[in-house]
Amino acid sequence: MAKTAVQEFTKGLWAEIPPFRLVLGLCPVLAVTKTVENGIGMGVATTFVLICSNILISLLRNVIPKKVRIACFIVVIATFVTVVELVMQAFAYPLFLKLGIFIPLIVVNCIVLGRAEAFAAKNGVVASFADGLGIGVGFTLSLTALAIVREILGNGTFYDIPVFGPTFEPFSFMVQAPGAFVCLGLMLCIMNMLGKK
Amino acid sequence: MREMLKLFIAVVVFSCLSGGVLAAIQNVTKERIEYQQLKFVKGPTIKNIMEGCSNDPLIDRLRIVDEAREMHLFIGEFEGKRNTVAFETFGKGFGGAMGVIVGVNLENDEIIGVGVTTHSETPGVGSKAKTDPDFTAQFKGLSILDPFKVKTDGGQIDALSGATISSRGVCGALVEAGEIYKKLKPTIIEKMKEKQG
Repeated sequence: MAKTAVQEFTKGLWAEIPPFRLVLGLCPVLAVTKTVENGIGMGVATTFVLICSNILISLLRNVIPKKVRIACFIVVIATFVTVVELVMQAFAYPLFLKLGIFIPLIVVNCIVLGRAEAFAAKNGVVASFADGLGIGVGFTLSLTALAIVREILGNGTFYDIPVFGPTFEPFSFMVQAPGAFVCLGLMLCIMNMLGKK
Repeated sequence: MREMLKLFIAVVVFSCLSGGVLAAIQNVTKERIEYQQLKFVKGPTIKNIMEGCSNDPLIDRLRIVDEAREMHLFIGEFEGKRNTVAFETFGKGFGGAMGVIVGVNLENDEIIGVGVTTHSETPGVGSKAKTDPDFTAQFKGLSILDPFKVKTDGGQIDALSGATISSRGVCGALVEAGEIYKKLKPTIIEKMKEKQG
């Protein structure tokens, strides 16, 4: 059991890392990765929701009737997302202002529902926890990687600290929506090249 | 039929549980969220107006319910005297409602400071109402009961160049603030005494 849990965790970090391998949940990926701080905040919020919903759905997998499972999953996920939203407002209000609508939108993030349906509904609690943690950490890492590239090139800063000095002309294309697509595409390409070997 | 009922009950039970949990969490975080919103949205403006006060106006506040309106008044203490209140009113700017906070000395009805909070004015033109300290400084020392008008309307206030409508919005908000102040002054003084005693 312990070995499989570790395997479930590590597969989220490389073999099935979202959004590079599991190309799901692109909406927040493209929208919030303008700065590293936003990327990490979004990643942590999504990880929390993933872990909690995976655990609860795995616990309840024999109670939930098959025919209404999607509705029940969404209720569970929406509950945790609202918890995150309230807690973030109470304790990290500036971050909440920056992430804005994308926090409530975690409800419809395909990764969360996807893991609930494809994994937690069929597996035990420990494995589901490991799966949620792995996918969540993987998602956070991807968001951070994307955000680092975009923030450094598009804004000339890393975590709000200038890295290039005053003569640097920010490549502002990178922090706009098209820059997000291009950047994500290039990273997918690199991932695929590395994966082939 | 029986199966339908079972599905129905499952979803209802789930939703009720989720509603209960969320209500509980909302109850716990409500006050903190309210304070955070004040701190990050109105807070900087209030701090600016109440510069040099010896208390925290965000904590030291009154709630007055007047007809349909609910007002929050922030109390400032200067040189040991709790003689200043700040509150928010709204004027009609170029891009919609503009929130304006005004600080008033209760002893002589003099304005000690004015600041814009929320607005959707044109960036770089009307938005100067918030960012240009010279514009809001004009109101300092005037009586809150004055009829505020921009110079083009025959008043005493120099409008921001290119942003007459935004400037009018601020004046409009202050005229409204004057009316509210006139009406509520006795209540405010009474409530403040109550709070102190």
